[in-house]
Amino acid sequence: MAGCQCAQATTCSSHGNLIRLGVNIRDFDYLIALAGNPNTGKTTLFNALSGLRQHTGNWPGKTVVRSEGAFRHNGYKYKVVDLPGTYSLLSTSEDEEIARDFILFGNPDCVVVVVDATALERNLNLVLQVLEITDRVVVALNLMDEAERKGMFVDARKLAKELGVPVVPMVAREGKGTDHLLQTVQDLVTGNLRTQPRRIELDPHIEEAVQQLLPHLKNLYPNLSNHRWLAMRLLEGDPSIRRAILTDSLAQTESPLAPQKEEDMSELEAALEV
Amino acid sequence: MPITLAELDRGQRAHIVELRLHGLERRRLMDLGFTPGTEVEVAMKAASGDPIAFVVRNTQIALRKQQAENIIVEPIS
Repeated sequence: MAGCQCAQATTCSSHGNLIRLGVNIRDFDYLIALAGNPNTGKTTLFNALSGLRQHTGNWPGKTVVRSEGAFRHNGYKYKVVDLPGTYSLLSTSEDEEIARDFILFGNPDCVVVVVDATALERNLNLVLQVLEITDRVVVALNLMDEAERKGMFVDARKLAKELGVPVVPMVAREGKGTDHLLQTVQDLVTGNLRTQPRRIELDPHIEEAVQQLLPHLKNLYPNLSNHRWLAMRLLEGDPSIRRAILTDSLAQTESPLAPQKEEDMSELEAALEV
Repeated sequence: MPITLAELDRGQRAHIVELRLHGLERRRLMDLGFTPGTEVEVAMKAASGDPIAFVVRNTQIALRKQQAENIIVEPIS
């Protein structure tokens, strides 16, 4: 059921429409993932949305298990998943693998990337990586109060234009910007808002190699939406993705490898040996 | 004159010139913010000189000495 229960939903304040549902996460309409660097306020936002009180810290292993909660807003029920804080989705730590696998295979309707407004240069690396995987992204520009205190001015509109996805300024600790964020997420998941994520243009040689791998990956994993990303990781020599494909552990999210797919697999293997 | 990141003293600053590392380790360090042109400062050094903590792009990150030895920098005098 994805309807709005409140007849005046479009006119009444969206703040009043946030109903925290804690761990009651059955029958949700939309799935949201919270990603971001460590210490950006992901968990603060998660707690504000779900009403739960998760504790996390930025030492390895702390948020290794992702937290899940739920809330209702404007009549839609959302499940929200707090992913471990990471600087990247490409490397080998367990945290990064959990975050990456969820964004790739968890089929979230929207990924909210929480960024630290005082350290954008560092944070935008992850944003660009998420944009490589999915176009359903909203950037939560958090810690705007700290940026102000440091005399920094961040132009959220210009950033949104540069990234091609919505950017919502926030002070999650004080609940500032939460309404705007939820409205933006709703517009995105219901299709009222379309994004045009900025993606890095590849060198022609690499692009050619990606094009060679794509048909095989599409045959092997017809239900995945990000074959291009997989192809780029394989070309980069990412051992975990390579292992996942060669041992077919991606099939956990897919149907088991059918015999006719073996040809694709061996061609793919051959291509990777080059 | 370029030297390695491991040769800097505490409090000294430098610009990164080159990463003499490959594959995943290179990628990892770049994801942590160690990219050519970036300014780094030595925040702390263990008594043995290993590990060494740097401030890079507003965040403190510790590296093993062996990793720092493979990052070429130009000290800021």
